[in-house]
Amino acid sequence: MPRKLVVVGNGMAAGRALDELLSRVPDAYSVTVFGAEPRVNYNRIMLSPVLSGEKTYEDILIHDDAWYASNRIDLRCGVAINHIDREAKQVVGADGSVTDYDALLLATGSSPFILPVPGANLPGVVSFRDLDDVEAMLASTRKGGRAVVIGGGLLGLEAAAGLAVQGMDVTVVHLTPTLMERQLDPSAGYLLQRAMEQRGVTIRCGANTQAILGDARVSGVRLDDGEELPADLVVMAIGIRPNAGLARAAGLQVNRGVLVGDDMRTSDPDIFAVGECVEHGGVCYGLVAPLYDMAKVAAARLGGDATARFSGALTATRLKVTGVDLFSAGDFDDGGDRQEVVLRDVARGVYKRVVLKEDRVVGVVLYGDTADGSWFFDLLRRGADVSQMRDTLIHGQSFAVGAPMDPVAAVAALPDDVEICGCNGVCKGKIVQTITGEGLTSLADVRAHTKASASCGACTGLVEKLMALTLGTAFAPATVEPMCGCTDLGHDEARRLIRAGALKSIPAVMQELGWKTSGGCARCRPALNYYLLCDWPEEYEDDARSRYVNERVHANIQKDGTYSVVPRMWGGLTNPRELRAIADVAERYDIPTVKVTGGQRIDLLGVRKEDLPAVWADLNRAGMVSGHAYAKGLRTVKTCVGSDWCRFGTQDSTGLGVRIEKFMWGSWTPAKVKMGVSGCPRNCAEATCKDVGVICVDSGFEIHFAGAAGLHIKGTQLLTRTATEVECIEVIAALTQLYREQGRYLERMYKWADRVGVDAIRAAVVDDAGRRTSLFERFVVSQRKAQVDPWAERAGGRDAHEFTPMANLKLLEAAE
Amino acid sequence: MTEWIDVGLITDIPVQGSRVIAGPAGDIAVFRTANGSVFALRDRCPHKGGPLSEGMVHGNAVTCPLHNWVISLETGQAQGADQGCAGKIPVRIEGERILLAASALHRYAA
Ligand code: SRM
Ligand SMILES: Cc1cc2nc3c(=O)[nH]c(=O)nc-3n(C[C@H](O)[C@H](O)[C@H](O)COP(=O)(O)OP(=O)(O)OC[C@H]3O[C@@H](n4cnc5c(N)ncnc54)[C@H](O)[C@@H]3O)c2cc1C
Ligand code: SF4
Ligand code: FES
Repeated sequence: MPRKLVVVGNGMAAGRALDELLSRVPDAYSVTVFGAEPRVNYNRIMLSPVLSGEKTYEDILIHDDAWYASNRIDLRCGVAINHIDREAKQVVGADGSVTDYDALLLATGSSPFILPVPGANLPGVVSFRDLDDVEAMLASTRKGGRAVVIGGGLLGLEAAAGLAVQGMDVTVVHLTPTLMERQLDPSAGYLLQRAMEQRGVTIRCGANTQAILGDARVSGVRLDDGEELPADLVVMAIGIRPNAGLARAAGLQVNRGVLVGDDMRTSDPDIFAVGECVEHGGVCYGLVAPLYDMAKVAAARLGGDATARFSGALTATRLKVTGVDLFSAGDFDDGGDRQEVVLRDVARGVYKRVVLKEDRVVGVVLYGDTADGSWFFDLLRRGADVSQMRDTLIHGQSFAVGAPMDPVAAVAALPDDVEICGCNGVCKGKIVQTITGEGLTSLADVRAHTKASASCGACTGLVEKLMALTLGTAFAPATVEPMCGCTDLGHDEARRLIRAGALKSIPAVMQELGWKTSGGCARCRPALNYYLLCDWPEEYEDDARSRYVNERVHANIQKDGTYSVVPRMWGGLTNPRELRAIADVAERYDIPTVKVTGGQRIDLLGVRKEDLPAVWADLNRAGMVSGHAYAKGLRTVKTCVGSDWCRFGTQDSTGLGVRIEKFMWGSWTPAKVKMGVSGCPRNCAEATCKDVGVICVDSGFEIHFAGAAGLHIKGTQLLTRTATEVECIEVIAALTQLYREQGRYLERMYKWADRVGVDAIRAAVVDDAGRRTSLFERFVVSQRKAQVDPWAERAGGRDAHEFTPMANLKLLEAAE
Repeated sequence: MTEWIDVGLITDIPVQGSRVIAGPAGDIAVFRTANGSVFALRDRCPHKGGPLSEGMVHGNAVTCPLHNWVISLETGQAQGADQGCAGKIPVRIEGERILLAASALHRYAA
């Protein structure tokens, strides 16, 4: 009969303890896990990238339902334990359940500290601890508005950066005069402050919160100098407090946290405790690395190993704000016996500070360049005597050991016992051995076998270098395909970094993201131009030099260097006046070919470039605008005659097509977008092979999408049905905006849908009404600047240099 | 002695852009790069005659708008695996003005 183990709390420490236990004694216990959160085990550290949109909840799962099932663990999600009866050896759940245990493991973590000020419990005041908090924050970001983050520590800064990326106007209120005053001196604190400000976050140092304002919901924060900061969301990130109440009520010894010995046992030998709820040797920990060590010891003890001990740990932290590198470890107290070495390189934005005591490193902070973090941390943990390299110490490993090294050589030079993954305490030797021993070739395998780089991910680069070192050319990093030869970044990464870094011009992107060429190339420049235009619709100025010729001169270049001109015919409708104007233009400018296109409109082919502005002026006069037949943008909306004339028509398909085209023309998209509206399922407008197609039916409108009929024939998929035209247009605009935000440049809608999944798209634009509304609103905002007829601008003189030669030397010969 | 013909100001050409000069033996494309250099090539891609003046300028090269060949502005040669040359016209800069070598304007008859 296996013994009964009950685990209370299903966070990071509990998850790791179960992993360790199963790897030692898979059958020794029948396990029941109670978790107050209504979900499985996930990587709490990664909530910051979930908030900023760089990761999704699915990306950060540690153990899913299938894992619990296959390990025969009884998981009770959403059930808190309210009471421990140590006499009867039972726990009592909030659902009234009573469960027996032979051994009990407490892993209840900690709770965010809430400032005891008036208004602290108003709706709209949240902490940053679990997925519910992140979801509450994301719900607020959809409405835009202002956020105030109270507390400028690591957690507060990560929250602020995430909210800013999500479009909120964010202010951080921090008590002391500079950020991270314990680790950074004032001028380095200023560097960090400036980096945050560049991300659009306002930092208010030396500001003390006196009250949170609002009636039914939070409306602001009042500081003790009387100033009031308006806020639609307030995030408290001022610290945490161990969850020790349950243990205290059960009569266990508790100080700040639940007291445990080196064997992780509480004052009751059948009850173990691990994680942030614990106090060991006078310390309560708040980072995963020591908690994982505790989990290992507890699991070993539960598995019968009577020697495993936890003897405290030194911890290192990294700030997880994309583009801001900050590493800090150890102790920064001033004291007569301490000396510090500081390096400041203002131009590169680099700051390094090493605190020494008796020739040993006791604290280190790296800002801007954190490559030597592992090396310094190793010196610190080993208590190595650094007197020999004191002069060059601050310049890091490559200097201290001789000539500057390339990054792989630097990793090669690290001793085997240097810790590579701080979260999981995995050292270099272990990784190298496992790679060779198990014949591993991918990063995913190394993560699975060693756990290195599997938590916060900051050491991924180091692990990859170790793989390169160990495997040589056999190592093919799981690379994303780079955008082009100018960068190693893929489209998604580049785009994410543009948003995260608030980069707003092509030179800024190339500078900040380390482009390898001086001015990009014909592949990356149009892509970047599109991403910037899409992400900053109100601020970014289009860069004509990064546009393909057709989009620069707003006509399609032909094989002989002449152009074709296609005016819009809304929904395929025209009239005598337009036709007359087209006929006149064709005659006046000797346009050789007039053709009806496959997109229900008329193409004038063979127009001389210098005639374009005059041709457009004439067409404009008859009320016609550019049809964008050249654009990575909305092309045509084809329609059929519909209920106005057709005996089968169920709705006004022509009218709806015109409305869609008038609402959506001018928008730029990753690749061209074509639409169709058919008045009944006979589908005469061929709507089911378009990027977006509407089929009218008696009860309303079926919206189809992700079709094409060019290089590949793809039938559409049904997205949803709506009852009204208004809803139909809202869904289509939201869908298009999602595609604009996620599609890679030149990726047609059907390819995007294949990549991200139709279900995910449907969840965003159909199931989630809030998300649909905000997508729709963002589309509307970007249309404000987009709906300007480019022909009218150029007929009015804009970019005249495009259409006239700089000099005419044709007569040169005759003159000579 | 080379005869030089004044064709206009550097600032007539957009940075990372190009302008056309109608020459006696066909169009000439004059390019201005991001770092301010000026180059001139015959405005015909060695592939199928695409107008290089309409291409995207990056570094000291231009990508042809028709089928994306990349042509060096310094030599007129196609880069990479492609073979061919768009005739190069010598350029002289005097102050802000651009001068082209007259002899070269006639050389490449259509
Ligand atoms: C003019 C037109 C042919 C015609 O005379 O009917 C046409 C002409 C061109 N098409 Fe098209 N397509 C035209 C309708 C279509 C259609 C039919 C439709 O829209 O219902 C298709 C299939 C539907 C689709 O797109 O899925 C079509 C699929 C393509 C493709 C393949 C796209 C794909 O992703 O597979 C290309 C190539 C591309 O875009 O890279 C293309 C590219 C082109 C280009 C732009 C080639 C080029 O790069 O120069 C041609 C420009 C000619 C010009 O200067 O105007 N054209 N092309 C049609 C213009 C429609 C309009 O009014 O805007
Ligand atoms: C946004 C964020 C970013 C972070 N970044 C980093 C980082 O970069 N590096 C790092 O090292 N650390 C980081 N941390 C800290 C790290 O996440 C914690 O140290 C770690 O999660 C603590 O693990 P734990 O298991 O002790 O507690 P938790 O993970 O909090 O788990 C405790 C669980 O127990 C549940 N529980 C509590 N009481 C009961 C009860 N009575 N019955 C049932 N269930 C109960 C809780 O609901 C919770 O799910 C971060 C934390 C946050 C919030
Ligand atoms: S099918 Fe389209 S791309 Fe091909 S020749 Fe005809 S118009 Fe040009
Ligand atoms: S004509 Fe220039 S690449 Fe084909």
